Amino acid sequence: MSTPTMKLLRTAALGGVLALGLSACGETSQVPVYEDGKYSGKADTRPWESAEFKGDKAAWEAALKNRARGQNEYNRGD
Amino acid sequence: MGRMKFLCDAERCIECNGCVTACKNEHEVPWGVNRRRVVTMNDGVPGERSISVACMHCSDAPCMAVCPTNCFYKTEEGVVLHDKDQCIGCGYCFYACPFGAPQFPNGPAAFGARGKMDKCTFCAGGAEETGSQAEYDKYGSNRLAEGKLPLCAEMCSTKALLAGDANVVADIFRERVLRRGGGTEAWGWQTAYGGGGEQKREQKREREGQK
Repeated sequence: MSTPTMKLLRTAALGGVLALGLSACGETSQVPVYEDGKYSGKADTRPWESAEFKGDKAAWEAALKNRARGQNEYNRGD
Repeated sequence: MGRMKFLCDAERCIECNGCVTACKNEHEVPWGVNRRRVVTMNDGVPGERSISVACMHCSDAPCMAVCPTNCFYKTEEGVVLHDKDQCIGCGYCFYACPFGAPQFPNGPAAFGARGKMDKCTFCAGGAEETGSQAEYDKYGSNRLAEGKLPLCAEMCSTKALLAGDANVVADIFRERVLRRGGGTEAWGWQTAYGGGGEQKREQKREREGQK
């Protein structure tokens, strides 16, 4: 009862099953490779580029240092 | 200018929550989000200690390492900030942070429903035009650009919380320790900023049966 067409179909189906079965052998590694990320967001301005300091970094640093030193109460009252 | 750092002196913190209130008010932080909070250890037991906790702006920030969208950046002054437009609210940064700093406006909801992460900015605003309404709405006020320090530290009544350039802050703390003759523990300093071999503790006791 097996006609040449049926034989061809059977061979094709067998080939398909074999290909599907072997496809698992070609599985690639799923261990992620660590990539050093780069910032992908918007650029931010620097604090001394504000309207108050107009790009004067030295003035900004001095203002902040002065403010930070003010936290030391042992320096107060002189 | 060195790096901006926080230092919490547990010997001085009186758990007044002034820092928390100052932060909330300055940045109009939404309900449920606490950029800064005060934690008390051994509450009610003699010798209890309180510490003010927020983002410590770590030298090697773990949040930056785990963010899948790379939305974190570090400014030249060492302040760790993030772009909320890039944040997907995955919560990885929250799991990575040793201080529990990242906060989510919708609380512990499912992925995608937490909202964009919010954290302490060291009062340095964010990735928007300095002093703009957009910057204020997303990140709060930008005091650093005005030459001021974070309000939590400036408002601290006992000056337990210090902020500013690492060298200045360390000098203040050193002088303090020398004058009071003890209380050298700068909580979280080692975890956030590492280094400082002199802070390492060695176990002097020998193990049983071993030399």
